[in-house]
Amino acid sequence: MNAPPATPAVAPAVALQQLSYTWPRATAPCLLIEDFVLAAGERVFLHGPSGSGKTTLLSLIGGVLDPQAGSVSVHGQVLGPLRGGRRDRFRADHIGFVFQLFNLIPYLSARDNILLPCRFSAARRARVAGAGTTPAAEVARLAARLDLDGALLERPAAELSVGQQQRVAAARALIGRPPLVIADEPTSALDADRQRGFLDLLLAECSAAAAALLFVSHDARLAERFDRRVALAEINRAGGVQR
Amino acid sequence: MKFAVWHLTWRSLLNRRLTALLTVISVALAVALLLGVERLRHDARAGFASTISGTDLVVGARSGPVQLLLYSVFHIGNATNNVSWQSIEGIAALPDVDWVVPIALGDSHRGFRVVGTSTAYFEHYRYGRGHGLEFAAGQPFADIFDAVVGAEVAERFGYRVGQQIIVSHGAGEVSFAHHDDKPFTITGVLARTGTPVDRSVLVSLEGIEAIHVDWVGGARMPGVNIAAEHVRKFDLSPKSVTAALVGLKSRVAVFRVQRQINTWADEPLLAVLPGATLQELWGVIEIAERALLAVSALVVAVGLAGLVAVVIASLGERRRELAILRALGASPGQVFRLLALESAFLGLAGCILGIMLLSATVLVVGPWLEASYGLPLSAGWPTPAEWRLLGAVLAVALLASLVPGWRAYRYSLADGMTIRI
Repeated sequence: MNAPPATPAVAPAVALQQLSYTWPRATAPCLLIEDFVLAAGERVFLHGPSGSGKTTLLSLIGGVLDPQAGSVSVHGQVLGPLRGGRRDRFRADHIGFVFQLFNLIPYLSARDNILLPCRFSAARRARVAGAGTTPAAEVARLAARLDLDGALLERPAAELSVGQQQRVAAARALIGRPPLVIADEPTSALDADRQRGFLDLLLAECSAAAAALLFVSHDARLAERFDRRVALAEINRAGGVQR
Repeated sequence: MKFAVWHLTWRSLLNRRLTALLTVISVALAVALLLGVERLRHDARAGFASTISGTDLVVGARSGPVQLLLYSVFHIGNATNNVSWQSIEGIAALPDVDWVVPIALGDSHRGFRVVGTSTAYFEHYRYGRGHGLEFAAGQPFADIFDAVVGAEVAERFGYRVGQQIIVSHGAGEVSFAHHDDKPFTITGVLARTGTPVDRSVLVSLEGIEAIHVDWVGGARMPGVNIAAEHVRKFDLSPKSVTAALVGLKSRVAVFRVQRQINTWADEPLLAVLPGATLQELWGVIEIAERALLAVSALVVAVGLAGLVAVVIASLGERRRELAILRALGASPGQVFRLLALESAFLGLAGCILGIMLLSATVLVVGPWLEASYGLPLSAGWPTPAEWRLLGAVLAVALLASLVPGWRAYRYSLADGMTIRI
C-alpha cells in the first residue's frame, strides 16, 4: 500500500502544479496556483489572512478535497489517481496535522490521541518499529520532548489546557515520522510566551524527524524562524475569494 | 482496512454513558414489552390448549360453545342453566359413550371453585399430553363430606389431609353464605397440573346435594336446620349438574354423538368438541392479541426512533471530531461505520437487556400471575416466534443505525478537514 515514490531521495514534500479549485456553488475559483514546491525537510511559513483559502489549500494537500484542474503530489505521489480508502491511507501514512483548536478526540486520553495515527496507519507503525522502538516508548519520548508529563498522558483530552492540547496534537502529528507536517494556525489560541515555546518545540521535533513543515498562519511575526516565507496571495492568482 | 473503528465506538459510548444507558434502557423496555406480549399470548394459548385432553365432548345446557367450554373446564364465567340428571344418565347410556364425568359448579371455598363430580373424574380427566391426575397425598373422596383439594389451594392455605374446610354458597371471591354446619374433611391433595384443577376443591355430587338439602333458591330455609349426621337419611342422588365431560369408545363417533346430544328431546343441550371450540376462542381473542402486538411494535418503533434521535443530536457537536478523524486518515466509510456501529450497539444492547428484563420479570411476576389468573408464564429461552420478533427488531435497529452513519458520512464529505465549531 505504500508504493515507493518515483524519486525517493529528492521528491519534494509537496508539489502543486496548475492547481485550480472552486467550491461547489461558488462562481469564481478559490485557489489558482501555478507552481508551488515544498522541498523535503523544508520548513515553510505560509502567510495569509483569514478567508484567503489556507484551509482549502491544506484540504487539497491532504487529499480530502479534489482540485478541478492541476495536480497535487505529496512525497512524490500524485494524489489524483489515488481513490477512496487508498488516498485516506496515504494521508494517514505521510501527513501529520495540527489544527488551530480542538485537535483532540475528547473521549480519548492524551496517550490514545497520540497513538491514533498508529491505529490508522500501518506505515507509521512500521516506521516506529523500524526505528527500533515501540509505539508506547515513542509516545513517552515525544511527550518528554514536548514537556508533557506522564500523569497527564492518562487524562482525557477534554481536561487538558489549550497549551497542553496543542502539544499533544504536535506529538500526534509527529509519531511515526511522517515526511510532512501541516500546522494550521496551531498557535493562535496561545498567548505570546506559549506561542514561542510551542513553535520552538514543533520546529525542533520536525528537524529531529526530518519532516517538512508547512506552517500556516495569519501572524507574520512568527515567520522569522522558518527557512522560507510564502504569502498565499503571492502564489494564488485567484485572490480575494471567500474561504 | 483492519483498523478497529470498534475501539473508538466503544470509547465514545463510554464517554456518553449516561445518555447511552438511558437510550439502551428505553429500547430494552420496549423490547421486553413486545416479547412479553408475545410470550403471554403463546403461553396463554399453550395453557388453555393443555388444560383438557382425552375428553371428546363437553356437554352442558344450551348456550354458546365458547361459553360452555369456559365455565365448565376453565372455571371462567357461570352457567346459565343446568343439565338434568336424567339427561346425563341418558347420555351415559348411548352406545358410543365410554364414560361420563358430571360436573356441578356453584359453590366456592375461600375464593376457589368447588367442583362436585364423581370419582370417575380422577380416572378420566386428562391434561397436557394425556397426563392423568396424581395425588400428592391421600386419596379420592369416598364419603359424602370428603374433599380433594388442588395443589394451589393446598399451598395457599397450607391444607393437609385430615383438615376440615367449610364450603361457601356462590362462586364469587367473597361469599356471605357459608355451609358452615356441614364441614368437609380433606382426604387428598392433588399434585400440581398447571390447569384450573389446581385451583379447585373437588367433592362428590352427593356432598353438593347434602349441603343444599335445607336450602332453597340460594338461601337457607328459615327455621330448617338439618344436621350433618342426619343428612344421610335424605335422598342425596343428584337432581342436576352444570356440565359433563364425555369420553367415547371411538373418536370416529364424535360427530354422531354430538348430533344426538344437540338434538336431545327432553331438554335443550349443547355438546362441543374442546379442540374445535378452543380454535373458535382463538378467533375471538386474536383481534385483541394483534392489537396488543401492534401497540408493542409501535413502542419499539418509538424506542428506536429515540435512539436514532439521540445519536443524530450528538452528531452536531461531533462534526469537528469527524473532521479530526478524517485528517488522521479515516475514510468517510470509517466515519460511517463509527456512527452506525454506535447506534447498532445501542440497539443490540437494548435487545439483550430487554430479554434479560423479560426473564427477570417472568421469574418475579410469573408465579403470582399463575396463582391469581391461572396464566402460566414460562421462564427460559425465547421461543421461535420470539426469536423472529427479536430478529425483526434487530433488523430495524440496524437499518435505523444507517441513518446516523449516513449523516456522518455526508458531514465528513462536506466538511473535509474544515473544523466547524
